[in-house]
Amino acid sequence: MQVYLPIAEMSVNIFIVLGLGGAVGLLSGLFGVGGGFLLTPLLIFIGVPPAVAVGTQSVQIVASSVSGVMAHMRRGTVDFAMGGVLTVGGFLGSGLGVWVFSLLKKSGHIDLTISLGYVLFLGVVGGFMLSESLPGVLKLRPAAVALASRGPGRHSWMHGLPLKFRFRKSKLYVSALLPLGIGFLVGLLVATMGVGGGFLMVPAMIYLLGMPTQIVIGTSLLQITFVTANTALLQSVINQSVDLVLALLLMLVAVISTQIGVRLSSKVKGEYLRVALAVLILGVAIRLALGLVITPDELFTLSTESNP
Amino acid sequence: MIRFIALISFITLFAADARAQGNVPLVADLSNHLVAITTGFSGTDVLLFGATDGPGDIAVVVRGPSEAEVIRRKGRQGPIWLNAEEVAFRDVPSYYRVASSRPLAEFAPQNLLSRYQIGVENVRMNTVADAGLEPEEVADFRKAFVRLKTESNLYDQGLGAINFMSNRLFRTDLHFPSNVPTGTYLVEVYLFRDGDVTSAEIVPLNISQIGASADIFDFAHNFAPLYGIVSILLAATAGWVASVVFRRT
Repeated sequence: MQVYLPIAEMSVNIFIVLGLGGAVGLLSGLFGVGGGFLLTPLLIFIGVPPAVAVGTQSVQIVASSVSGVMAHMRRGTVDFAMGGVLTVGGFLGSGLGVWVFSLLKKSGHIDLTISLGYVLFLGVVGGFMLSESLPGVLKLRPAAVALASRGPGRHSWMHGLPLKFRFRKSKLYVSALLPLGIGFLVGLLVATMGVGGGFLMVPAMIYLLGMPTQIVIGTSLLQITFVTANTALLQSVINQSVDLVLALLLMLVAVISTQIGVRLSSKVKGEYLRVALAVLILGVAIRLALGLVITPDELFTLSTESNP
Repeated sequence: MIRFIALISFITLFAADARAQGNVPLVADLSNHLVAITTGFSGTDVLLFGATDGPGDIAVVVRGPSEAEVIRRKGRQGPIWLNAEEVAFRDVPSYYRVASSRPLAEFAPQNLLSRYQIGVENVRMNTVADAGLEPEEVADFRKAFVRLKTESNLYDQGLGAINFMSNRLFRTDLHFPSNVPTGTYLVEVYLFRDGDVTSAEIVPLNISQIGASADIFDFAHNFAPLYGIVSILLAATAGWVASVVFRRT
C-alpha cells in the first residue's frame, strides 16, 4: 500500500516505513540510542531526499525517546542533574554544528564528512566497546568486567577539573565540565551528521564518566529528547524538511516497540547489551567504510539546488 | 471500458468538429488538466488524444517546471572516493518525456528537432561547468544527468508510442510517477508533414497536491515555526501515550 509524503513529494510503501519505525524503536529502548544513525541512511535508501530524512527522523526520535524516558523514569533510572548538564552542552554544540553544516553543504563535501565522521566515531566507539565487553561475555563472568573508570586509583586529569558536582543518582562526584563537554561534542555531531548522538553519548557516559549502564540509558534518552526537539524545530524553520506524514507513520510503531525494548533491556545483562550495541555500531561503520573505498557503480550524483 | 468508449465517441465528435471548421490541421487535448496528488497518490496516467486533418506524424513533448540541478562526479583521492568536479545545469526541465508516432529521425530533420527541443539530446541546458573541464567531459556530465533523471523516472528518452487510428485520430498515455515535481507542465504537440512542422498546439497541465497533503505542505511552508512546534508536541504526546498505555498492561 502506497502513501504520499507531502514534504518529501513522493510516495512510499507504508509497510516498509512501519517496519523501519518498529526496528529503530526497539533499538532505542534497548540501548538508549536514538537510532538515527540507522534510520537516516535507511530512509535515504528507500528514496526519501536526504534533507527530509534528517529533518523527519529528528521528530520520530523525539517520540521514541520521550516514550523511553517515561519508562525509565518509572524505574528510577534517570539522572536529571546529569541529563540537564548534558542538554545544556548539547544545545551549545548543535548551535555551532548548524553553522558547520551550512559551510560543508556549500562546499559539496557534506556527504563525505558525514560518512567519514560516522566511520571514525562508530569504528572507534564500537571497537572499544567490543574489546571491553566481549571478554566478560565470553567467560560468562557473573559480574560485569570492572568498568575501566570505576573504582579507586583512577584519578586522572579529569578529576582535577573545577566545578565539581555530586550526581547522586549516578553515584558520581565529578566536574560538571565533563558532561557539559560530552554534551557539546554530541550536539555538534547531531547537527553536523543528523543523528541523535546516543551511540556516542552512551559509551562516553559509561567509559569516561563511569556511570552505571542502567542509569546511562535513561539519562541519555533525556538529553536526546531535548536536543533532537531543538533540531526538529530548527529543521522545520530553516529547511521546511520535516515530513509529518512520514514522522507519524514512523512514530506509530516506534513508540510501542521502544516500550518493548525498555522491558527487554531490564532483563538482559548489561554486558550483553554492550556487546550487541558494539556489534551493531561496528557493522554500520564497516558498511560505510566499504562504501567510501569500493569503486562506486555510479560516479555521478545529482542534487536539485532550487525549485523556482 | 465504458470510459474508453465514451472517450472514443468524444474524439470522433471532436474530429468531426475540427474537420467542419476546415482550417485546423491539428487539435489535441488531455483527458485531465489537473493531476491531483492526494494521500494515496502513487503515480498516474494522463491520456493525450487528438485529431489531424490528414496523414502526418505526431511528436509530443511534456516538460515539467524548470529547476536548477548540480551534478557532481566522484574522483579517487588516496583510498577514498569523494566528490571532485561539478557542473550546474540552470533552467532544465524537472520532468521531460517524448512520444511520437514513428522514430523521430524518420520524419523530422535535426534542425527542427533542435529548434523545438524535441528529444532529450536536444533540450537546451544552461550549463555552468567547473573551470578546467574539457567540453567532452561536460558532455559526460550531461549524459550522466539524463541517465540519473531517467533512473528516477523523470526523464524518458525512449519514445513512448503514439497510436494512430485511421490516420486521423491519435492517442497516447503520458505517465507521471509518484515522485513527479508539482507545478505547471506544458504538453507540446507537433504535427510533421514532409519534414516540416505543419501545426503545433500547447496544452497546459497542472500537477499539484490536493486535500490533506496540500494542507500539510502549506502549513509547513507558511507557518514553519508553528509547524515545528506542532510536530514536536505530537511526537512527545505519542511517546507519552505509549508509555502510559504500557504501564497499565
